[in-house]
Amino acid sequence: MKIGVVTFPGTLDDRDAARAVRHAGGEAVALWHNDADLHGVDAVILPGGFSYGDYLRCGAISRFSPVMEPIIKAAQGGMPLLGICNGFQVLAEAHLIPGALTRNHELHFLCRDQKLTIENTNTAWTSSYKQGEEIVIPLKNGEGAYMCDDETLAMLEGEGRIIARYVGENPNGSRNLIAGITNERGNIVGLMPHPEHAIDSLTGPSADGLGFFTSVLKALVK
Amino acid sequence: MAKIVVDVMLKPEILDPQGKAVAAALPRLGFAFAKDVRQGKRFEIEVDGEPTAAQLADVEKAAEVLLSNPVIENFTVRVEK
Amino acid sequence: MSLDTVAIAQANPETKQPFAELGLKADEYARIKEILGRRPTSSELAMYSVMWSEHCSYKSSKVHLKQFGEKAVKTDALLVGIGENAGVVDVGQGYAVTFKIESHNHPSFIEPYQGAATGVGGIVRDILTMGARPVAVMDPLRFGPADAPDTRRVLPGIVAGVGGYGNCLGLPNIGGEVVFDQSYLGNPLVNALCVGVMKHSDIKLAKAAGAGNLVVLYGAKTGGDGIGGVSVLASETFESKGPAKRPAVQVGDPFVEKVLIECSLEIFAEDLVVGIQDLGGAGLSCATSELASGGSGGMKVQLDKVPLRDPSLSPEEILMSESQERMCAIVEPSKIARFLEICDKWDVTVTVIGEVTDGNHLEITWNGELIVDVPPRTVAHDGPVYQRPFAQPAYIDQVAQEVINVPLAKSDAEIKETVLKLAATPNLADKSWITNQYDRYVQGNTIQSQPDDSGMIRIDEKTHLGVAVATDANANWSYLNPYEGAKLALAEAARNIATAGAKPLAVTNCLNFGSPEDPGVMWQFAESVRGLADGCLEMGLPVTGGNVSFYNQTGAVAILPTPVIGVLGVIDDVRTRTPMSFDRASLDLYLLGDTHEDLAGSEWAYMHNQRGGVAPIADLQREMRLIELLVAGRTKKIFSAAHDLSQGGLSATLTEMVLRHNVGATITLDNVGIALVSETPGRVVVAIDPAQTASLTQEAVAQKITLTKIGTTGGDSLVINGAKISLTELRKAHTETIPKLFG
Repeated sequence: MKIGVVTFPGTLDDRDAARAVRHAGGEAVALWHNDADLHGVDAVILPGGFSYGDYLRCGAISRFSPVMEPIIKAAQGGMPLLGICNGFQVLAEAHLIPGALTRNHELHFLCRDQKLTIENTNTAWTSSYKQGEEIVIPLKNGEGAYMCDDETLAMLEGEGRIIARYVGENPNGSRNLIAGITNERGNIVGLMPHPEHAIDSLTGPSADGLGFFTSVLKALVK
Repeated sequence: MAKIVVDVMLKPEILDPQGKAVAAALPRLGFAFAKDVRQGKRFEIEVDGEPTAAQLADVEKAAEVLLSNPVIENFTVRVEK
Repeated sequence: MSLDTVAIAQANPETKQPFAELGLKADEYARIKEILGRRPTSSELAMYSVMWSEHCSYKSSKVHLKQFGEKAVKTDALLVGIGENAGVVDVGQGYAVTFKIESHNHPSFIEPYQGAATGVGGIVRDILTMGARPVAVMDPLRFGPADAPDTRRVLPGIVAGVGGYGNCLGLPNIGGEVVFDQSYLGNPLVNALCVGVMKHSDIKLAKAAGAGNLVVLYGAKTGGDGIGGVSVLASETFESKGPAKRPAVQVGDPFVEKVLIECSLEIFAEDLVVGIQDLGGAGLSCATSELASGGSGGMKVQLDKVPLRDPSLSPEEILMSESQERMCAIVEPSKIARFLEICDKWDVTVTVIGEVTDGNHLEITWNGELIVDVPPRTVAHDGPVYQRPFAQPAYIDQVAQEVINVPLAKSDAEIKETVLKLAATPNLADKSWITNQYDRYVQGNTIQSQPDDSGMIRIDEKTHLGVAVATDANANWSYLNPYEGAKLALAEAARNIATAGAKPLAVTNCLNFGSPEDPGVMWQFAESVRGLADGCLEMGLPVTGGNVSFYNQTGAVAILPTPVIGVLGVIDDVRTRTPMSFDRASLDLYLLGDTHEDLAGSEWAYMHNQRGGVAPIADLQREMRLIELLVAGRTKKIFSAAHDLSQGGLSATLTEMVLRHNVGATITLDNVGIALVSETPGRVVVAIDPAQTASLTQEAVAQKITLTKIGTTGGDSLVINGAKISLTELRKAHTETIPKLFG
């Protein structure tokens, strides 16, 4: 199974995401922001970083990169697409998922080991987890507060589209402690914390993050 | 009700990475009009009634010590109806 | 208004020039005239003034720094030594590692965010310039008192700047220091360290060899950043043109730097450059003169080709501009097409601005007119050298007479009070409010970061080879005895590498001092350098490079002498490192090393406003045996945990250990008052499984290191003799201080 990992200028966690794909048993394929096609990949990860410096708004400029056109088309057709951190912001700017990510409520960058509960195991990226499972993976962002209007929030809650929630004190001011959400179909997931930094306990706080990558490989086999 | 508006811009000689990134993105989207872009901050301060000269002077002071960083930024203060 | 050319300089030898305003002394100006056989043009004057400044020429420190070369140990590990952008050491398996610290103190006081950000940017470019991929940063920081209003101004800005720039580059921040002291109020110290990794074959040097090769400028466009000083020339030459004020502050663009890193690494991978230099302090003046004097000797540059952000800049200003995120490469003509292609891929501005020539002339033209014609070596390397007078200041003998008189815990209540006070004092309190603003995970190779004794990075995923880096300074000891202070800082940094089981390999330094024109300060500096050079010789560690920052003083009051020492170590398998703390009960805790009544310069004395006394004497032979023991303890799998003792003594070390994994300990101490707060150097607490007792004893005896059992792990409290401190209470004391002050 080939998983594409996109590099925009300013992307930082692309090599980590590729490493996580390999650890899970997949083949990672590098996609460049200027690529016009997806080189036959079966799924795509938009990794973390500061694409285009995150100037203007996070993800606002990369959303218009050439590679996003085929990605959006494929994802609308059901291809699994995971946006991590900056990738989540790109998904929101591209309106593939509702809402927006805004500045952390304490107004500074925060990097820490974060406890989450997995609340929806029916997406392409979360099926390896158990419903309600608690995991610890790194959270690191300056603009990670998930915001949306009340109606959208009620819809996300009602449809079970919140896939992961922060446990304990709200780290960034996200509404309803939202750490990640999915689209209606369950193939697109936006996630603020970083599962690719938690694939072994040597370099991360745990190996809890690997499940996102094994999930998609399972989903693709089906 | 009137609003006191403070616009804060980086001084012209200071590098503005944000404006530069936006200027570079515009032509990629087909907008060819921009020779340069600079990005700034705008503060809208609400006061009761018409702003007095004393209030405006205070806002000037506040703009200098808090709203802007005089080392790298300029600001303007005006009243908007 | 006219351009000052070489022809005009020859024709008008008597023109008055503002050399004093540019910081040149009359004899230095005379020396320039002697070198050139005429008066310099204004562009030449600009170049000499900036390159002969203290910052670029090390004119006050050179005579002392040469000890690092003279006293150096002969080692095959050193692949590139002092003099290049950064030293390079062999860490085995074909890998080379480069690391260096630099200061960005004064700019960070003026504009904390940008000052700190561009400090990180500058050191990262130095490492990149060696051909290495930057893999980690660290930042030793020093501020005025934690509760001083100005500290509240500079600290959040500096921390945000270090994070804002480093995070955006994708470099894990793996450690550093945060220290508060009155003397840094008005003189905060922002030191930034970067580590880079490459294969031996990829090492790049700053040399412009091969006549006919092209001089290529790439990266950001040139603006008026950081040329406040030289505007005196511009205002004389160009009366009414251009912005009235040139910014003294440099603004960084980390996004451009990130792209520049990836673009450069791609260029290096295809072996497209002969030599390379980053543009930092002194900008093009430095890059062109250093490249030329490191290579064939000559260079021709068309200055009007330099792409400008601000078209009103004069040639003098372009030569001096410290605009960030720029690199200068020497490229063979056959390889330039591919070079340009890679720059285009990354959207990096690139311009051929000149070519390498034979001979001994750096010739710079402006629209065809010759404005600079100098022997490049005279600019880059033949600056003035000062034998600054130095003399032991009077305070040294006075403070040595002072007897430390501080309360020492006797009762259980006093033990508890001492431990909680030390845990909460700003210098020892938990710094995660700061370090959590830095990304420590990016690149996926971070094995250790704050609050571990050292930062550790994996450099090979298959073999598990790694490197560890620690920085340390103890300015309190350096104040009392700068010679011993430097040695003790070296020993501490080396020990902090070794507690994890890594082997110290090389040393870098950042020497922060007051004014070299004060003989007392100069003596502190000379003694520090002598101590560090002697220490490195004794420990068999090469000094790979360093940085000197003078003039850190307010009025007549200098900062405490603050030589920050960085030590790099290598570990063959990061999976076997000894962790800083224990995560289970029923382990035995031992103290390695003797404890004496060392209160002078201690945190406990500082907390009681006592700054005098006699600093400890470094025993480096014993430190080296301790390091042997710590490395053996890892390879023989004796240790479950090991943690250094330094500021705050045993009390601070135990606090950090029990809080790390929330596992308590029960400790029994003789002479508890001294045992808790003394800062006798050369001590480590280790945790072992009781089954390892015989092995530990055997190793300690072999290395002649005193071994004292102090307790066992377990429970939800730190119990010392009869004093019981719940971990909840201890954690509250340890973690509340910094957020309360700055949050």
